[in-house]
Amino acid sequence: MSKTGHFRQKKFLYGLLQDIKKIRSGKKQNLKIMEVCGTHTMTIHRYGLKKLLEDTGIHMLSGPGCPVCITPNAVHEAAINLVTERKNLILTTFGDMTRVPTQKGSIQTAVAPQTSCIKIVYSPEESLELARAFPQKDIVFFGVGFETTIPGIALTIRKASEEDLTNFSVLSAFWLIPPPLKAILNDKDTKIDGFLYPGHVSAIIGESPYLFVAEEHQTAGAIAGFEPADILLGILSVCRQVESRRPKVDNVYSRVVKPGGNRTAQAIMKDMLTVKDAYWRGLGSIRKSGLELKSKYSAFDAEKKYTLNIQASADDLPGCRCGDVLRGKIPPRNCPLFGRKCRPDSPQGPCMVSFEGACLAAYKYNR
Amino acid sequence: MNKISLELGSGGKLMRTFISQVVLKNLSNPYLKGLSDSAHFPDGTALTTDSYVVDPLFFPGGDIGTLSVNGTVNDLIVSGAQPKYLSLALILEEGLDVNILSRIFKSIKKEAAKSSVFITTGDTKVVRKGQCDKVFINTAGIGKIIASPSPQKAKPGDRVIVTGTLGEHSLAVMLARGDFGLESRVKSDCAPLNFLLPLWKSGVLWMRDITRGGLATVLAELAEELAFPLVIDEEKIPLSRGVRGATELLGIDPLYLACEGRAVLLVPENKAPALLRKIQTDPLGKKAEIIGRVEKNTGKPGELLLETLSGGLRLLEPLTSELLPRIC
Amino acid sequence: MCLGIPAKIIDIDEDQHGRVDYLGTKVKTNFSLLENAKPGDWVIVHAGFAIAQLDEEEARETLSLLREIAKES
Repeated sequence: MSKTGHFRQKKFLYGLLQDIKKIRSGKKQNLKIMEVCGTHTMTIHRYGLKKLLEDTGIHMLSGPGCPVCITPNAVHEAAINLVTERKNLILTTFGDMTRVPTQKGSIQTAVAPQTSCIKIVYSPEESLELARAFPQKDIVFFGVGFETTIPGIALTIRKASEEDLTNFSVLSAFWLIPPPLKAILNDKDTKIDGFLYPGHVSAIIGESPYLFVAEEHQTAGAIAGFEPADILLGILSVCRQVESRRPKVDNVYSRVVKPGGNRTAQAIMKDMLTVKDAYWRGLGSIRKSGLELKSKYSAFDAEKKYTLNIQASADDLPGCRCGDVLRGKIPPRNCPLFGRKCRPDSPQGPCMVSFEGACLAAYKYNR
Repeated sequence: MNKISLELGSGGKLMRTFISQVVLKNLSNPYLKGLSDSAHFPDGTALTTDSYVVDPLFFPGGDIGTLSVNGTVNDLIVSGAQPKYLSLALILEEGLDVNILSRIFKSIKKEAAKSSVFITTGDTKVVRKGQCDKVFINTAGIGKIIASPSPQKAKPGDRVIVTGTLGEHSLAVMLARGDFGLESRVKSDCAPLNFLLPLWKSGVLWMRDITRGGLATVLAELAEELAFPLVIDEEKIPLSRGVRGATELLGIDPLYLACEGRAVLLVPENKAPALLRKIQTDPLGKKAEIIGRVEKNTGKPGELLLETLSGGLRLLEPLTSELLPRIC
Repeated sequence: MCLGIPAKIIDIDEDQHGRVDYLGTKVKTNFSLLENAKPGDWVIVHAGFAIAQLDEEEARETLSLLREIAKES
């Protein structure tokens, strides 16, 4: 059976790298492939694949698929304000969210009043357990995520609604993956030869939402899993598509991703959430790229419950060129903020926020 | 830094800032300057101290009592001193059940006997409910110096040995807290490292117990002191099945998890095989491995590099913030 | 963006809550997003929710493809 160990075997990785090398040998132009998903970025980093791929003439770009990084500063600050300014409030969130530095510090360095606190959770449902156990306290789940994470958070809200847990709400930042891909591709100067599509987002949405990439933009792509062999298989597929000039949506993660995705999860999202225009840190405003709770669930929407009035706009980041870094148009050092106003301890754009963002990596390793 | 946050206590970058901006700015003398785990004095004695706060007090494999003895004992051993005498100071929360305290004392007695140290002086304070969490313990330890660590003698080819599997302590405590809905049979590795003492006479250049910040932090800090880079091999790093499972589920890196009964050693190349065999003869060292080396041709001086399973290289830095479960 | 681990279902209650096992670690999981999940099945778990079932046939095929690639080189 598909134990993860199989997909980490050295001989497979070696064989895949050899095949990629064979296809790329003698090519003058480097191939630019965007891994859309932050977890792909982590695997590439963790197994040291970036350098190995560069040696074969493949340059990996980290895409917009890190919810922590693309969530605007204003939302992070709203979460920090909630727990530092209100009494009897428990802010729950995923560990990822706690390190993002803002002008008000990070969630991790925030100091709450004595009756309030921050609690890190693995599952959003842990917040419901708290809501049941502490009826006199307000529990706010700071829930950020893409299509993979949204259905679970939505189910948690539905459960709270059924149990009438009125002391529970969600500060949400829900993002959709296909719209930013479209935004990136619509920019004429974008230089991306292919995409590595996120395996677990695809497990929910299926293959068809990416078809426009191949059909309208003649750009290659493959849905890939998260073990190193999965990632190299996806890259090999993109190389072959580029070589044959036949772009498509390949699925090399078929053990998990079904062509139609997860219909149950899709139905829950459709039932509880509506599409809205959303502001992405670094990419700007993108039409129909976010989700919010339908009015039926307003009581569980922390933004409404506490009238937070979160305003995210391009004015937040004057001069930031993460969008161009993400699109592969400029290297980090060509951004006017890089290394000056924008540093690891005072990041402005997502590429400096993310652990393995292009700007952070450039700052740390190439200065 | 305006207010102390919990983040400061996780031993990352903030702690370093705190030490240089607050501690060293006010206190400065030749003994403190090195900021090592224990101070060595001209008369042949070594002194160390550590405070223990752990939630829950009892966890599989140990409790706050076992920690408070072994942590201090191990700090002496890895600094090249034979542990002799300990002090024990307690801060107790009003209303604490005395039975809990007797259980902790039983552990203290048992662990002190294992390392042949005496608890020679102490103090007890009681604070109002809510002013501390049940029990806080501080111990200090005096030892007799038997060796001076000399990492500066390291040269290319020298080997890095780790004495056992990583991360059990951190995970056992995390799971005992009942966080994240996880169940596992992982037990804390908390133990005294006395079996390593004789190795100082067999040419060991340097050792450290792998506590806060884990193997990666301890070795990254060592690398900063060396004139050559350090390279460790991912395939050789001993991890138990339970730790692999839980860390992958939570998305945390076991190289940054704390242990309380494991050490990492820097040894000369020609003595490495014999030292490894010696370590493996002790029950606590059964899973010991040679995991890395001082390099010449890869990387830059001061760097700690990990050779990954796929043959790539990854730069390992000291822990910058607390380990938390990730969704990405 | 989305860490997911392939794990084996140990038990499921009528409320679609249960546990999965990964290398000996058991974790609470909600199975409401799946149809017909049953103990013994392999699923991908993300943030406490099972989001997909693993297809054994497809996994075997990918593995044999990898074996071929490894053999050729």
